[in-house]
Parts: sequence; C-alpha cells; structure tokens
Amino acid sequence: MLEMTDLVDLALLLFLAVLAITIAKQRNLFAVVIVMGFYSLVSAALFTVLDAVDVAFTEAAVGAGISTVIMLATLLMVGTEEKTPSQPRILPLLAVVVTGAFLIFGTLDMPHYGDPQAPIHQHVAPRYIEVSGDEIGVPNIVTSVLASYRGYDTLGETVVIFTAGVAVLMLIGQALRFRQRDGDA
Amino acid sequence: MSDQPILRVIAKMFIPFLMLFALYVQFHGDFGPGGGFQAGVIFAAALVLYALIFGTEQAKRVAHPQALQLLVAFGILLYAGTGVAGILMGGNFLDYGALDHHDPVHGQHLGILLVELGVGITVTTVMTSTFFIFSARKRP
Repeated sequence: MLEMTDLVDLALLLFLAVLAITIAKQRNLFAVVIVMGFYSLVSAALFTVLDAVDVAFTEAAVGAGISTVIMLATLLMVGTEEKTPSQPRILPLLAVVVTGAFLIFGTLDMPHYGDPQAPIHQHVAPRYIEVSGDEIGVPNIVTSVLASYRGYDTLGETVVIFTAGVAVLMLIGQALRFRQRDGDA
Repeated sequence: MSDQPILRVIAKMFIPFLMLFALYVQFHGDFGPGGGFQAGVIFAAALVLYALIFGTEQAKRVAHPQALQLLVAFGILLYAGTGVAGILMGGNFLDYGALDHHDPVHGQHLGILLVELGVGITVTTVMTSTFFIFSARKRP
C-alpha cells in the first residue's frame, strides 16, 4: 500500500532520473551546469525527506550553490559547447550497464529502507543518542558526532579542503602569476 | 555585471543578510542543522555574489587574496591547535573535555566552538580564493 510519503520519495527519485538523463543528453555545457545545480537541489530535498537535514543543508549550499558558480567560472575558460562524439561508442555503454547492474545487485543485500534492526542503528548510534546529551551537552547529536566523537575525521576532511585549495592556488594561481609576469616583460 | 542597477540594489540588500545567516549557521550549529562547513560555504557565497555583481577587483579589496591565503592555513591550525591544547591540558589529542578541568561538558562546548570556527574559516577562504583564481583566468 503506497503512502503519501512514498509518493513524495517516488516523485523526487523520478525527478532525479529525468534530470540525470537530461544532463547526459545535453551538449550545451551552460545548460548542463544549471541542470546539475537543480539535481543537487532535488537531492537536498530527498535528504530532507530522509531526516538528514545537516546533509541536505550541505548539499544545497555546496552542490546547488558554490559549485555551480565555480563550474560557470570554468566555462569561461573552456567554452560552452561539448564536442559531439564521432561514432557511437559501445564499450563505455557496456561498462556503465555492467557497473550499474553490479551496484543494483549489491543493494539486494542491504537492509530494508528505514529498518530499525539495520547494523548502522545497532552499533554506536544508540550510545550517541543516550549519553551524548550528558557527555557533550550539545542538543544537535550530528554536531556532537562530527566535531567531538569523530573529531579526527572532521580534521581529516578539513585537511582535504585545505589541500584542494592549496593545489588550486599552486597549479592555476602560479601559472597565472607567471603569465602575468611574462606579459609585463 | 556592475551596470545593472536592479542586480546591484538587490545584491546590496542581500549580502549583509547572507553573511549574518552564515554566522547564525556557524554558531547555532550546536542546536540546529549546520556547522562550520555549511556556514563557510554560505559566507563564501556572499563574497562570490559580491564579486559577480561588483567585479572581482572590487571584491579583492574587501577580501585580500594574501589575507585569504593566510586564513586558509589559520583555520586548519586553529582546529589542530585545539587538539594539541587538549594534550597540553593533560588529555588526548582532540579531547575537548580536558580543556576545562572543572566542567568537562563546558570544555566540550569550547572545543566544538573552536574547531567549527576553524572549519568555517578554512572553507570560506578556500572557496573564495578558488573563485578568485578561476575568475582571473580568461578564455585562452
């Protein structure tokens, strides 16, 4: 029996599929970037339905917001038309279909959607829910887990962002500086 | 896009609220959704909006690229430094409970505040400098 919430899930997932096909078919990269931002926004809605508001927030801010802008800035350099492939390529299609089939096969072993007996809900999650209020004193358990219990992981993530920023600075920023200097000479 | 009066006026109205909302997300992450990462991205989005409407050169006078580069490193050092402070106070690395010997919960609050601030600073500055670098390159 379909409930109202199932209909919302189905509509959002269908929307995602339509957007993904649009992205794959579209040759105008400007349109692709905009539709990708829209894809992120629908993903954020899906995360909200799953009660993962922190993840939804990140997806909306990063996927629909800042990465769209950076992609648009990239389009200024590379142009807005994707080259059309000369002949239809069978091998990539085969690779995608086989990988997708394996992924769907993998989901068969996963616990059912919303199953309270799923391993993820039996491991450390009950402890976080029960004692984090006394140990950390922060009402948002996601923040307790991210910043305190899993402080190492968040430090690692921040180092990843730092490294990405430094890499962009060194690769593109330096090249720009050299070109400007050569132009002046 | 600086010759578009509607965009200029709307952006001028929006940017302060975007920045205020970023600060709210940053410091209210203990109670609601959000935290340093989301706040950093929103703050960077406000700066990028300013750069898009008023020009990158104008934006670089607000957020100086050299200062941004220093802050990229400062954020991560603030995070790791909070961890080291835990060691110096007699606990483990990133053990915020050790930051306040009388009240470990208070120490946890302080530690979370500092590391989230570190994340926020690094994310804001990385995103903004990335945008500046990308927008400085013209089509070859």
